[in-house]
Amino acid sequence: MNALVLSAIFGVVMMFSGVFFKRNAPIKTTGIIAMLLLLIANCMEMKGIKLFRFDVSAFMSFTDYALFFNALAIFATLVYLLVASGEMEKIGKNLADYFALIFFIIAGITITTSFTSLLSLFLGIEIISIPLYILTGADKKNLKSNEAALKYFLMGSFSTGILLMGIALIYGSQGTFAIDKMNFITDAKSNPNLHIAGMLFLLFAMSFKASVAPFHFWTPDVYDGAPTVFTSFMATIVKAAVFVGFVRLFGGAFAAMEKTWSVWIAVMIAATLFVGNITAVFQQSVKRMLAYSSISQAGFLLFSVYAMNSAAREGLLIYSAAYCLATIGIFAVLSKMDDYSFEGFNGLAKRQPVLAFTGTICLLSLAGIPLTAGFLGKFYMLKAAIITGQNLWLVIFAVIMAAVSAYYYFRVIQAMYFKDGPAPSAPATSIEKYTLIFICILIVLLGIFPNVFLNWLYF
Amino acid sequence: MGESEGAMPINYYIVLALALFTIGIVGVLTRRNAIIVFMCIELMLNSVNLLLVAFSKMQPAKDAALTVAGTDGQLFVFFIMVVAAAEVSVGLAIIVMMYRNIHSVDINFLNRLKH
Repeated sequence: MNALVLSAIFGVVMMFSGVFFKRNAPIKTTGIIAMLLLLIANCMEMKGIKLFRFDVSAFMSFTDYALFFNALAIFATLVYLLVASGEMEKIGKNLADYFALIFFIIAGITITTSFTSLLSLFLGIEIISIPLYILTGADKKNLKSNEAALKYFLMGSFSTGILLMGIALIYGSQGTFAIDKMNFITDAKSNPNLHIAGMLFLLFAMSFKASVAPFHFWTPDVYDGAPTVFTSFMATIVKAAVFVGFVRLFGGAFAAMEKTWSVWIAVMIAATLFVGNITAVFQQSVKRMLAYSSISQAGFLLFSVYAMNSAAREGLLIYSAAYCLATIGIFAVLSKMDDYSFEGFNGLAKRQPVLAFTGTICLLSLAGIPLTAGFLGKFYMLKAAIITGQNLWLVIFAVIMAAVSAYYYFRVIQAMYFKDGPAPSAPATSIEKYTLIFICILIVLLGIFPNVFLNWLYF
Repeated sequence: MGESEGAMPINYYIVLALALFTIGIVGVLTRRNAIIVFMCIELMLNSVNLLLVAFSKMQPAKDAALTVAGTDGQLFVFFIMVVAAAEVSVGLAIIVMMYRNIHSVDINFLNRLKH
């Protein structure tokens, strides 16, 4: 609740800060301080200190898990702002508005991770999506950004329509939107077709939002066309939040129908891993490769929906943390490059050793090399899938696909360290360098001591 | 399932809403003008509104304790309207932005991203 109310207020504050401050530096400082306050407020709620006392129990319940994820998302956004706000001001004149939209997205994330009613799920997802359409099109003169925004908008609202149809059918079958009051036991009075159709519509819509194959086709174009700093945000924190909502929906409302949907999810995991990894191998642009890699990472995140046990829930947190930090890091390095092709990275290690080194750690974590957080994320996800005891072929397939992913991540590392070239790139400021090093330290620490991180959950 | 003898059965509403929804989906998938695609999406949302209102009027709550369950769906419709309005404002802005740059609202233009 603290984070939800404050992020909405801070969003408005940031909008007005654009009126009062003419220069960018105070806007950035205000935004980062506000995000820090938000993190503190959220941690206070984790300790039981509530700043606002509204009864929203019919719509949201801020469980420990949701609060922990919110803290993670806000922390990742703080890191993101530190490392990316310098690039943000190069996109357009409206820096204050970009910050405001990011705060509104955080408000949407806090709703999506803690909904108890399908109404708040819908509102949360929309509060996330609508600001993202704007951020995607932020580079107004750039045709690719325009196209990406239009495509994202049309696909996004199309999937919203599907989501709503699913919700309406579930409502028709259950007479309620509350996920804990749903009861899918079929008796003579109720019609199973209604809620099975509704569940499938919701499954498709959530897969759309989470860019799971076969509903991933908008992702590469949108991630490629959007300004790089905003791609970094929507591919990481937003996607992880959608997955938390996904798990909450299918673990909470549809737990009774697990037999119906687990097969669908298993097939989707296989398709997502396959499409994401195999297509990423053939990309020429690193940005587009990262877009496909984010699809393949979504395949691993989907294991948390498939397994739906406590290991999967822990795994989702670790995987989100690892994936968000590493992707924010590599996108921060990418946004410094002039040329987004693999050749553009040639010889970066000689010119900008800090960028090259931190980028390498992030890529190793994404590939799932041991001693990094990414390895443990994958480990927890696969462990959760093995505990369920079904469809072990899926786990083997995932391991093979993780091996494939190493190919295209190592291509970037190879270009940076073992090839000579000009590597045209802008110099990073010292705060960006320190944040990148901080990200790398976190990735390694999380990879060595995951329990320290998880113990916070069970305080 | 109707409340009284004279009421129309819920199935008619379901069929009508699904028909409108399908028209919307087919429109989104086949039309090439961004504004018309957008109208089709609105049609999808409105068919959901119709369905929700019909359900909330005609479907008795499963749980007898939830006596006010019927109003939930009508409440939801207002939220959908508000969100759809917000989406329209953003969507039209995006379409106008695109029109300024290329003087066209043709979706085929989007294929340029794939290369």
